[in-house]
Amino acid sequence: MGRALGVLIWLITLASVLLFTNGSWWFPPSISEHGPAYDRQFLITIIVVGLAFTAAQIGLGYAVWRYSARRTGERAVYSHGNNKLEALWTVITAIIFIGLGIAGQRVWAQLHFRPAPAGSAQVQVVAQQFQWNFHYPGADGKFGRTDPAKINDSSLNFIGLDEADAASTDDSVVGSLVTQVNRPVELTLRARDVTHSFWVPELRFKQDAVPGLDIKVHFTPQQVGRYEIACAELCGQLHYKMRSFLLVLPEPEYRELTAMSQAQFQKRVTELFTKYPLARR
Amino acid sequence: MHAGEHLATTDEWGGGALPYHVGHKKLGMWLFIISDAMTFSALLIGYSYVRASSDQWPTPFPFYPSIIFSTVMTLCLLASSFTMVMAVGASARKNYKATRRWIGLTILGGLTFLVLHLIEWKHLIDEGLRPFSLAHEWAVRWPNSPPLMGATFFAITGLHMFHVLTGVLYLAYIALRVRRVRHEDVEISGLYWHFVDLVWMFVFPLIYLMSVDMTGGH
Amino acid sequence: MAEAAIHDDGRDVVETHHAAVAHGHHGPPTSFIRKYIFSIDHKVIGIQYLLLALFSVFIGMIMSVLMRMNLTWPGTKWPILATLFPEGAPGGVMTPEFYLSLVTMHGTMMVFYVLTTAPQGGFGNYFLPIQIGAEDMAFPNLNMLSFWVTFVALAVLVAAIFVSGSTVIGPTGGWTGYPTLSAIGDKLNVPGMGMGMNLWIISIAIFCIASLLGALNFIVTLLNLRARGMTLMRMPLTCWAWFTTAVLALLAFPVLLAAGVLLLLDRTAGTSFFVPGGLSNGETVLPHNGGSPILWQHLFWFFGHPEVYIAILPGMGATSHILSTFARKPVFGYRAMVFAMFAIGLLGFFVWGHHMFISGMSPYTGMAFSILTLSIGVPSAIKTFNWLGTLWGSQIRFTTPMLFAIGFVSLFVAGGITGLVLGQSTLDLSMHDTYFVLGHFHLVMGVAAIFGMFAGTYFWFPKMFGRMMNETLGKIHFWPTFIGVYAIFIPMHIMGIVGMPRRYAAFTEYEFLRSLDPLVMFVTIAAIVTALVQFLFLYNFFWSMFKGEKASANPWEATTLEWVVPSPPPHDNFAGNVPTVYRGAYEFSVPGAPEDYVLQTTPDATSENVTPAAHGGVEVSGNGGNGHKH
Ligand code: HEA
Ligand code: HEA
Ligand code: CUA
Ligand SMILES: [Cu+2]
Repeated sequence: MGRALGVLIWLITLASVLLFTNGSWWFPPSISEHGPAYDRQFLITIIVVGLAFTAAQIGLGYAVWRYSARRTGERAVYSHGNNKLEALWTVITAIIFIGLGIAGQRVWAQLHFRPAPAGSAQVQVVAQQFQWNFHYPGADGKFGRTDPAKINDSSLNFIGLDEADAASTDDSVVGSLVTQVNRPVELTLRARDVTHSFWVPELRFKQDAVPGLDIKVHFTPQQVGRYEIACAELCGQLHYKMRSFLLVLPEPEYRELTAMSQAQFQKRVTELFTKYPLARR
Repeated sequence: MHAGEHLATTDEWGGGALPYHVGHKKLGMWLFIISDAMTFSALLIGYSYVRASSDQWPTPFPFYPSIIFSTVMTLCLLASSFTMVMAVGASARKNYKATRRWIGLTILGGLTFLVLHLIEWKHLIDEGLRPFSLAHEWAVRWPNSPPLMGATFFAITGLHMFHVLTGVLYLAYIALRVRRVRHEDVEISGLYWHFVDLVWMFVFPLIYLMSVDMTGGH
Repeated sequence: MAEAAIHDDGRDVVETHHAAVAHGHHGPPTSFIRKYIFSIDHKVIGIQYLLLALFSVFIGMIMSVLMRMNLTWPGTKWPILATLFPEGAPGGVMTPEFYLSLVTMHGTMMVFYVLTTAPQGGFGNYFLPIQIGAEDMAFPNLNMLSFWVTFVALAVLVAAIFVSGSTVIGPTGGWTGYPTLSAIGDKLNVPGMGMGMNLWIISIAIFCIASLLGALNFIVTLLNLRARGMTLMRMPLTCWAWFTTAVLALLAFPVLLAAGVLLLLDRTAGTSFFVPGGLSNGETVLPHNGGSPILWQHLFWFFGHPEVYIAILPGMGATSHILSTFARKPVFGYRAMVFAMFAIGLLGFFVWGHHMFISGMSPYTGMAFSILTLSIGVPSAIKTFNWLGTLWGSQIRFTTPMLFAIGFVSLFVAGGITGLVLGQSTLDLSMHDTYFVLGHFHLVMGVAAIFGMFAGTYFWFPKMFGRMMNETLGKIHFWPTFIGVYAIFIPMHIMGIVGMPRRYAAFTEYEFLRSLDPLVMFVTIAAIVTALVQFLFLYNFFWSMFKGEKASANPWEATTLEWVVPSPPPHDNFAGNVPTVYRGAYEFSVPGAPEDYVLQTTPDATSENVTPAAHGGVEVSGNGGNGHKH
């Protein structure tokens, strides 16, 4: 029995490790500036915890293999513990765990403690059940005023843009996020009904959009292409369908697009979708 | 202790003894108080959180009647805590008559508090304060203020009032049975009563004093 | 001398204590109702809690299988569902809202009605008084009340599934019930957000009250009712675990209670604690203003994180206890185990923010929570090391409870270790609300804690029912369950790394999830097989209750007080003959002792303390504390 269990524990450990290392399934390639640093931190962490996991399971498997009771009536070692050992492993684990924790702050600090770099593109994001609205300031670089009282889904004014405001005339509100490659973008995330969460696996980035808050976040996409945006916070029955796209465009295409009027913008985005198909995996 | 048996440990934590020298009921009451204090803390912290994150918060309580009233209410509770101390003292001396009298006074303090508080509620409700909206006048004076004042006010003082009411009933029960209950039971009811008073000592400044109308009212 | 100290507090204290000892003699009840339904015997109440958990866990498990079926074969018609839930699954096809209500109910059932009832209210109720040498809980009537209030709470939750009206399915807000969805969902016409949601909140609030009362009772019992000689450091680790759990429950549940009341007010009285202004349903602006959805998250997780330790600590206690018993070896580092448990409990109150890294909370707060979270791994690792230390050099008897206890250690490490990934705010940027989180908490809570319950059930069953559970069936139950749960939950981590979000009713909408289809299928098959195997356990449980082999008083040759009394114990546990305790809880393989275990009640042959010389310098009456002497 002991041997069987020991071997089983080892086999499970082996299978788990293989599942993580065989490469069939892993992160999609990263496309953001902080992505490589994220991936590195993840890899370091997964190796450290993987080693701890393996060591603990091997130890456990060995103990059950080795110490099955024999019929001879032999007794177990009579010991209540060992304070030196106790202190030793406390200190070692504390150093490793807290070290990991401190190392794990780098990307976080880079993204969240620093303001968006000067010259970042600005986009206001308004999440609603069950779609994303991206609001671009247009050529004047100014966002038109919005007012919840003006929200009207049947006339397609999803974010309550105030037409009376001069700054709003050249604004576009589109269902996709368009960014320029290698240029930082700052999003202002809002939600008009319930909490949603902006999530693009390739960006290694996620942020809740919370009713009542304007949450500013920034990142820099570095790879031209089209990527899926998912909603990662439960927001109702169609949460699983709240999909949109992130388009990362070369500078000329981006410039051309953002100078367009809303109707052209929308149309052009759809054309670009065919030009930039989703990566097949 | 049982003669002849030699225990490995004779200290109070060694089992077979009450380590805090407190019976079950009293210890139970202490624990209940701790957990109830957590409930009130959660409410008061929630209140402070929404208040701190609002642009504006009404400070409508005029000196009269609100602050005068609430001060008198505070004094009622303080006095009732004092009479409760006297009741416990009398009970320790097994003076049942005095115990009953002092508990009676404590109940009176509690009832006065309740009555004054209800008058105060009625006054605010008449002004137009609701759990979901401010009195109209206030909404005009503090246009950027959320309507949460009524919600926090009624929820917190309501829960406290419920505690006072329970306390009054509890004390009445003890007073009626003062000859049959043990001294510890009187002490326990006293503990509860002091706790209810103590909670008010947080509610009063946070809910009332922080919302005094400094301009002298309308 | 001790008496003098007691006396200066007046006669009452002493009296109370005698009264306390005496009140165990509340004579066995005779009527059926007092004996089995409204019983104040902690043993009956313990079994009632266990049965309540058993009911809930099977409902929760069946729900999880339905969820898996929907995820794997979306759009398939399941004729039986059409009859059972004509609205939730019209024509037998599960609607997304039906799926979400399954998720919500599954999570709520499992966290509250399984893991907060059986390990503490069930085993704790039954065995804490016996293990410390008490004749009952300190407040038997309150104990009965706690159970029945819990029962009402469960009934309300079940009712939430069946209320009709604007909602035809249960609540759909997830077990975390985040506003604003949970607060104004009905105004946004989200299905399941009407009466069902109200009942969900009410159920949780009632449950909070019951848990609070229970916790209070546990603490008083443990402090005041220990038999003579039962010092704190001689208590079984199970008692320490139940005690720590009770302290956590006492401090955490009131906060959830307050939050629940506020949420209910938001829904029914029009208040706006958790709802800010300027929200729209697409046509009109909603009347709320001024509240904060983040406030709910703070209150919920201030409760929620301690809650997950409430779920696991009793399992840790049972594991330590059972490992030592069947390893025939004292617990390694008893004191370290106790302190680690306390450290986990204490730190557990300062890490709730790790559920909120992505919520919009201040990033500086996030950093502080992140580092505190990583430090909570240290006491957990200490416990793991000590479990391994206990097994080292032991003589293991592979009984079914021992298999599950070993499984606990394995699963706890597997699940706990990924907490170190999630605890880093940076890595949570990607992992939050993905299946990686599901993998983490199912391993550590969904199965490690459940394995603690299994181990406890197989271990204590003979004491509770006077009959052994069938060992062969038990082992047949263990192997596929152990393999099965790993097969279900390890792949979930991979899904999370690829980016699969949780609480999705189907994975049909996203290109990037396509590659995971085979894994999804694999997990579902593993889940179905594992779930089926659990019926073996159910069968064994009830069969053994009536047909199992009769159990002796101490079938496992264990040392603690529950094994001194007959199986099942008499009404007042010790038949009026409360034992005196002479030694620590885990005196196995003591050199020179006649058997390889020494009961806690065995007086030492010669004198109070065996002279160290007699055993080569080892102090026999020592309690397992490293070098602890009195
Ligand atoms: C029993 C329940 C339980 C337990 C014990 C834990 C334990 C831990 N949890 Fe978990 N957790 C949950 C239940 C639990 N959790 C649940 C239910 C959720 C999701 C809630 C929801 O959103 O629905 C969650 C979510 C959750 C998150 C949020 C994820 C997210 O939503 O983004 C985080 C983040 O920090 C986290 C961290 C941790 C940590 C650091 C521990 C630590 O305590 C773990 C410590 C353990 C170890 C570190 C292993 C020790 C062993 C070793 C180290 C072996 C070493 C030995 C050798 C080398 C020989 N948990
Ligand atoms: C104790 C906690 C627990 C347990 C045991 C389980 C068991 C299982 N869970 Fe669950 N799960 C949760 C807690 C738990 N879960 C929580 C909190 C959520 C989050 C909800 C939310 O998002 O709001 C969740 C969500 C959740 C999801 C995600 C839904 C989503 O986000 O879309 C899925 C999907 O596959 C899932 C699957 C399963 C499966 C297949 C099982 C099992 O079927 C595995 C097999 C079962 C067992 C091995 C247990 C058998 C136990 C017994 C028979 C006990 C015996 C009783 C005594 C000893 C008294 N669970
Ligand atoms: Cu929007 Cu989920
Ligand atoms: Cu947590």
